[in-house]
Amino acid sequence: MVITLMLNGEKRQLDCRPDTMLLEALRDAGCKSVKCGCDTTNCGLCTVWLDGHPVLSCSVPAMRAAGRSVTTLEGVQAEAEVFGRCLIAEGGEQCGFCSPGFIMNVLAMKQELKNPSEEEIARYLEGNLCRCTGYMSQMRAVRRYLEVEA
Amino acid sequence: MRYISKPVVKVDGLSLVLGRPLYTNDLAPDHCLVVKALRSPYPYARIRSIDTSRAEKLPGVACVLTYKDVPKVRFTNAGQTYPECSAYDRLILDEYVRYVGDEAALVAAVDEVTAVKALKLIKVDYEVLTPVLDYHTAADNPVIVHDYDDYFNHYPSFNADNKRNIVVDGIDEGGDVEKAFAESALIECGTYETQAQQQAMMEGFRSYTYLDQNDRLVVVTSTQVPFHTRRSLARALQIPQSRIRVVKPRIGGGFGAKQTIVSEYYPAIVTLKTGKPAKMIYDRHETFTSGNTRHQMYLNVRVGAEEDGTINVIEVDTLSNQGAYGEHGTTTIGLVGHKSIPLYNQAKAFRFRFRGVYTNMEPAAAFRGYGATQGIFALESTINSLAHRLGMDPVALREKNMLREGEIMKAYYNEPLNSSALDRCISRGREMIGWDEKYPCRKISETRVRSVGMAIAMQGSGIAGVDTAGAVIKLNDDGAYTLQIGATDMGTGCDTTMTQIAAETLQADMDRFIIAQVDTDVSPFDPGSYASSTAYVTGMAVYKAACDLKSKLIRAGAGMLHPERFTSPDTPFEEEDYLFDGNEVTEAETGLHVSVRDIAVHCAGTNDGDYLIGKGFNSSPISPPPLMAGFAEIEMDLETGRYDVVDFVGVVDCGTILNSNLVRVQTEGGIAQGIGLAMYEDVVYNSRGRMMTSSFMQYKIPNRCDIKKIRVAFESSYEPTGPYGAKSIGEIVVNTPAPAIADAIYNACGVRLTTLPMTPEKVLMGIMKNKENEN
Amino acid sequence: MFTIQEYAMPETLQEAYDILKAQRSNVILGGCAWLRLGSRRIRTAVDLSKCGLDFIRENGEFIEIGAMTSYHSVAASDLLKSVFDGVIASCVTSIIGVQFRNTVTVGGSVYGRFGFSDFLTPLLALDTRIVLFNRGEVPLKDFMTMPYEKDIVVMVRIRKDGRHLSYQNMRNSRGDFPILNLAVSYGEAQGFTVTVGARGPKAVRAEKTSAYLTGHCRQKDEALLQGACDLLVSEVSFTDNMRASADYRRLISQVFLKRAVREVTGW
Repeated sequence: MVITLMLNGEKRQLDCRPDTMLLEALRDAGCKSVKCGCDTTNCGLCTVWLDGHPVLSCSVPAMRAAGRSVTTLEGVQAEAEVFGRCLIAEGGEQCGFCSPGFIMNVLAMKQELKNPSEEEIARYLEGNLCRCTGYMSQMRAVRRYLEVEA
Repeated sequence: MRYISKPVVKVDGLSLVLGRPLYTNDLAPDHCLVVKALRSPYPYARIRSIDTSRAEKLPGVACVLTYKDVPKVRFTNAGQTYPECSAYDRLILDEYVRYVGDEAALVAAVDEVTAVKALKLIKVDYEVLTPVLDYHTAADNPVIVHDYDDYFNHYPSFNADNKRNIVVDGIDEGGDVEKAFAESALIECGTYETQAQQQAMMEGFRSYTYLDQNDRLVVVTSTQVPFHTRRSLARALQIPQSRIRVVKPRIGGGFGAKQTIVSEYYPAIVTLKTGKPAKMIYDRHETFTSGNTRHQMYLNVRVGAEEDGTINVIEVDTLSNQGAYGEHGTTTIGLVGHKSIPLYNQAKAFRFRFRGVYTNMEPAAAFRGYGATQGIFALESTINSLAHRLGMDPVALREKNMLREGEIMKAYYNEPLNSSALDRCISRGREMIGWDEKYPCRKISETRVRSVGMAIAMQGSGIAGVDTAGAVIKLNDDGAYTLQIGATDMGTGCDTTMTQIAAETLQADMDRFIIAQVDTDVSPFDPGSYASSTAYVTGMAVYKAACDLKSKLIRAGAGMLHPERFTSPDTPFEEEDYLFDGNEVTEAETGLHVSVRDIAVHCAGTNDGDYLIGKGFNSSPISPPPLMAGFAEIEMDLETGRYDVVDFVGVVDCGTILNSNLVRVQTEGGIAQGIGLAMYEDVVYNSRGRMMTSSFMQYKIPNRCDIKKIRVAFESSYEPTGPYGAKSIGEIVVNTPAPAIADAIYNACGVRLTTLPMTPEKVLMGIMKNKENEN
Repeated sequence: MFTIQEYAMPETLQEAYDILKAQRSNVILGGCAWLRLGSRRIRTAVDLSKCGLDFIRENGEFIEIGAMTSYHSVAASDLLKSVFDGVIASCVTSIIGVQFRNTVTVGGSVYGRFGFSDFLTPLLALDTRIVLFNRGEVPLKDFMTMPYEKDIVVMVRIRKDGRHLSYQNMRNSRGDFPILNLAVSYGEAQGFTVTVGARGPKAVRAEKTSAYLTGHCRQKDEALLQGACDLLVSEVSFTDNMRASADYRRLISQVFLKRAVREVTGW
């Protein structure tokens, strides 16, 4: 089945099975930033935006995205670089495998929360697991980013 | 210093945060075959018969392989230097399956859907055997996990005996242990159990393979050990090692899991059989059930001491659950004693007994800490108990007895401790956590208390006398350099720290360096990144290579300044007569100078040019321990047993800091893994040997809200044998949380927990039991 | 690995229901969070995205939450924050990750009646009804014990009766399932309602404990509270599993009951 959607601002047609999940469809469409880390909705690596809201692409049927707008890290490179530079300044990317999903959620958080507290930031981002950093450097990077943007 | 100790940004950082396709599965060609394994549902069984005919007929299936299709030569998948310490007890596919998840057959198909369909069409007739699921009864069990005669270990001294399920068995002692116990005023004992722990790197096991223009097998894989992978594949596949090339792209974490060669054999054999590119991507379930974990261990500790706190003697007795295959079994267990007992080096005597056994469970292998973590939890918990029994502050007890710079470490192969800031680590940590005000405990409401606990730790830096490293730095025709190493950046940032060392030594800007991807065809030999070896062992090789190239640059420059003098390669030459500032070679006396760029252009483009390469090789007869003090502050709800680690302070002596950002993140990350080990991470099996915690839904690693606060600091010493005085950082950082948190729990509620993880339930049940005993 | 042969996106509930009933292996999709965990072979998957079920609204005495409303909408809803001490909104934030909460739906989790649910335990302590397309409106209390019928959860309706509500839960780590949860609602008119979930089996109302509290605990009395705890552990069963023992659950359920009663009464 072919579905039509807006992918990173471009109208795209993707060939999917009825049981294709958005994660697989996006990787097949060339968006390799979208990573699979768990298969069970627990890790946040596959986070993309569906109509501007962060979702777990491993658990959204591709069919559900038909006619809607999907954004991956490939579609927000300029914004990703602004935060990404804050992250690498702290060494908080480490292996980098969780970075794309994490960054998508940080950018979503910035749009959704105004002047979030430390606790609110942690709560918003807690669905993004990271095994390398122990989170401290990521949190320093988020604060640095919010200061830069403010 | 231009770069050493600075917060240099990772050279690959920006590419990673922009999500570029740099990992194994991003790079695998779209058309490659997808390999899937049929995995055993039983912990122990023999394949009576296996019918693959229906699967083979399914359109899109390229091949189905069983134990009948693989070489009958046993090997180890442990990534270790040859001759490996681990037993040769594996085949790519075996007639016997030895744990739930063990590979029974392989399918390669045009896509995943077809491969999964084909798996279901394979009919296996299993003869289900009684498994060994309790490691306490594994030794001399009537059930033998590896019951065959071609079992092989290079080292008889490990006392392996597969017919008794024994992987390793031994004793190491020094001094008169019995006398020292007899003379001790008191003996503190403890029995501990540490759980299997998942490395849980975000990128699971994966690799892809193809045949190149010369019909050689190319293996692109997420590995910490490319050279060991090449050697192990050659043996397992029975092809010459020279026919294999291993390439390591970016790696999504390893933590030791990828020091074992897990996925690589399967696409490799498919590519050899079919001639086609193939890939194998382990999902999370496979990564958890069919990879490897930290060794589960049962430890008995006895410490003999005087009333004034002088520690006389230490005894550690360890039983280790190896699981179904022997990778890293003989070596991990050694660190249990060798990297805990020396912390109290003044003790007159020590004894370390160890035994590792086979069971029908997922194999245990390498995980950050590698046995030291288990040993330190047990010993440090006992030392804390001893402090309470003596009525001494645990900090004071450490200060009285701890290992000091200049000592010979009797329980650590008589190595000298050249460098130590452990005393400063303890006093700094004590200050940072506010120990004197907070120890042992403060009530903050009727039902809540805050308390503190501490522990110290050591690790090593590389494997003494075994680990080697090569490094090569080439001068390119534009005056830039290419640095080649065989150590593997798995996210840790060693591509960056190694470049820092080269840039510091050659006094050149970082951006004049190209760091080449690890590729066994071109990279210099290096065992890989494990055993906390990269900064110390490979770092020194890079330093030597840079020094070598610097000398050659100076000589080339001198030759250009005085072509008349340098008529042959044997022309005598005093390097001291010339100055080198990274950009130019200047003759001290005359001020005549030539730029590195001009040297490069000259070398590349004239008939009296040269190909300038700096070469470094390093190995070390010692493995200098980094040292650390960890302090936990917890807040506990006494009614439920629930507690949070509200603050964890870690102060580390890793010698000279190479990169202040990266050592900080290593330390914070290691502490978080240690907190997970202490509090909730647990690999749980059901009574039928099936792992119940095979997903992130069931196996919980710390998330962002679990980790409240981690603060780290560094107290530098100078290790004379390390590059710019550096020791390792990667592993030591995981060792202190469990014993420090255990003592904080004791200080909060009087419950001494000795089994990990320390769940709220164990705390509350302990509180209830104490209450019963009071009544 | 699950499979789906056909994917349907009907625009009316009638159409959705007709497809659902057409074949045994046809199912309604909720948030799909659990789909990949199973190996179901689905003939036609029915996606309700176009059926207009994404809403949180007031309707007379009731608050109505549509089945396709995400947990994130529940957590962010000003309406839900303003009633029942904000507990309906806050209870779902115990479930990790904004992405996850954006993905899963109220209908999917209500239909599943999962034992570990953070959402159902507090709802069960209120006057909550589940509107099913075919069967119509059913009290949540009855729905909890009904067999899994082929029907469509349309919405959740909660009577806005001004009760106080407290939700307590215990987890071994933040990102884990609860190993016990407990809710208590209290109103002058309605008295107390105590519910316990994540105890092993599905959440239940502790009817005797609720009645006892309503009958006796009109003012602060620690001895009576302990009596309620004793009653609670005698009427509610707890089981052992990988995460916790029944004994531990029994112990902390009493702690939670006391805390929740104090919270809703202000004692």
